[in-house]
Amino acid sequence: MAVLSFVEISEGKIKKASVEAAYYGSKVAEQLGTDSVAVVLGAASAEELATLGTVGVKKVLHASDARFNNFDSKAFSKAVGEAVNAAGANVLVLSFNQNGKLLAPRLSVRLKAGYVPGAVELPEFNGATATAKKNVFSGKATAHYQLNTEKKVIAVNPNSLSPVRGTGTAVVEAFATTLTDADFSTVVKGADLIVGEIPLSEAELVVSAGRGLKGPENWGMIEELAKLLGAATACSRAVADVDWRPHHEHVGQTGLTIRPNLYIAVGISGAIQHLAGVNGSKVIVVINTDPEAPFFKAADYGIVGDAFVVVPQLIAEIKKLKAAH
Amino acid sequence: MKILVPIAKVPDTTSKIAFTENNTKFSPDGVTFIMNPTDEWYALVRAIELKEKQGGEVVVIHVGLADSEQIIRKALAIGADKAVRVDADPTDAYFVAAQIAAHAKTENYDLIIAGKETIDYNSYEVGGMIAELLDLPCVALVQKLEIENGVATIKREIEGGTETVEAKLPLVICAQKELAEARIPNMKGIMGARTKPLTIVPADATEKLTTVVNYSLPEKAKECKYVQPDNVAELVRLLHEEAKAI
Repeated sequence: MAVLSFVEISEGKIKKASVEAAYYGSKVAEQLGTDSVAVVLGAASAEELATLGTVGVKKVLHASDARFNNFDSKAFSKAVGEAVNAAGANVLVLSFNQNGKLLAPRLSVRLKAGYVPGAVELPEFNGATATAKKNVFSGKATAHYQLNTEKKVIAVNPNSLSPVRGTGTAVVEAFATTLTDADFSTVVKGADLIVGEIPLSEAELVVSAGRGLKGPENWGMIEELAKLLGAATACSRAVADVDWRPHHEHVGQTGLTIRPNLYIAVGISGAIQHLAGVNGSKVIVVINTDPEAPFFKAADYGIVGDAFVVVPQLIAEIKKLKAAH
Repeated sequence: MKILVPIAKVPDTTSKIAFTENNTKFSPDGVTFIMNPTDEWYALVRAIELKEKQGGEVVVIHVGLADSEQIIRKALAIGADKAVRVDADPTDAYFVAAQIAAHAKTENYDLIIAGKETIDYNSYEVGGMIAELLDLPCVALVQKLEIENGVATIKREIEGGTETVEAKLPLVICAQKELAEARIPNMKGIMGARTKPLTIVPADATEKLTTVVNYSLPEKAKECKYVQPDNVAELVRLLHEEAKAI
């Protein structure tokens, strides 16, 4: 028996979300008294893969086959399914990130395994079944999913747990799949990456602004604050819809869902659709002129005041803090 | 081109969320149910646009009981040609996907376009599960979809940007924002929807892989700590020392 985690590589490095998945897998392996194994598809250096040992992974199955360098949900499902068998795994852990959200349900079907999409905590095992919590109704409630099957698939919500690094080194083993060219069905033609910015879905700190800023020309202070903090910038739907800000910055029900450690919302009223995208954030700061703005009900810290006065002061105070440490 | 669009019924976003029977069942009291927004706004509308351009047929499929008729008629009013309702109260995503895959197996669709997630369980499951059950390629978080000579050109979201991929039909797509602009049904559509065919079929039995055993609500609303606007230094101190967020 083993717990297998699916680990993704981007630009030669293990994705942050995958480190979390591997750490989660190791914690589950501890619960079950078994080994934590990871599977990696596509090019990666042995040195980089060995670092998975720091989050408790004992062994990495590495299929370095270049056909896996691009994500193809059908081929990956088959390959990871083979890795589950090779590792003798009963639990498969993935990140509930962009690729995981598609790969995990495929594997749930392939393995005939119960599945928790977006677990926020470690599972509890009770004999042959396990239960894990996930957020439902856009974060307005939590559901306890019980996995009834022998094999279990868990996709862990990004930023749900903070991996604690140890000193181990994982053993990297070559892994050969049986896939033929016919198993690959999608061809990547190109990517359009937003360069020079921190990807919003991976950001630990986010500074977000809305209509309260009155116009796109006023975003300079938001960008300055974000840069100072090493944060990503985000926005409300209203301002993305009028093209004050690019669509990829829109967080909320129909945009991105994020769970950063800190979310600073400036001039956003906090409509329920917006809250749905951010209410998993650990700490929420709201700056708004309207004391009745619904966002204050979801906030940890609030300032009722004018963004054009408060934000420059905030920048100045954070500069002082940075200078002092 | 024959396109299948699965549609789900979900509580309206503004609904008050409550549970009954010792927190094991969602309470529908006072809840307005709507067609799942990503299914309606993006999946269905893009399917209709493709049909308008290239000809063919758009079929919507829904797994649910008779009280779902309103959302099915709305999908027909927006422009779907016909509808199938699998007559069962869905128990989990796998159950829904299995019913839809069973129907798709008999019909040879060129394309299945699902919404990326439902706004109740936020699970991103059904599209990928249908693809696996049918052994089809699938691309998710899709923002752009063009079809030419049996090949789809797709723009999908990845971490920090987008990626363009090509795949041959048949194919499953999970749609999200930007794929299409929502359409409001017009009077002609609403009138026409009444007479479009709606077929009701029984459900297949499936294994129950996952059970939602119970629900819980957040224990209490957060208590917002207010800081005076002329004391921003205090906010920075709290974020640094108390929240340890910066």
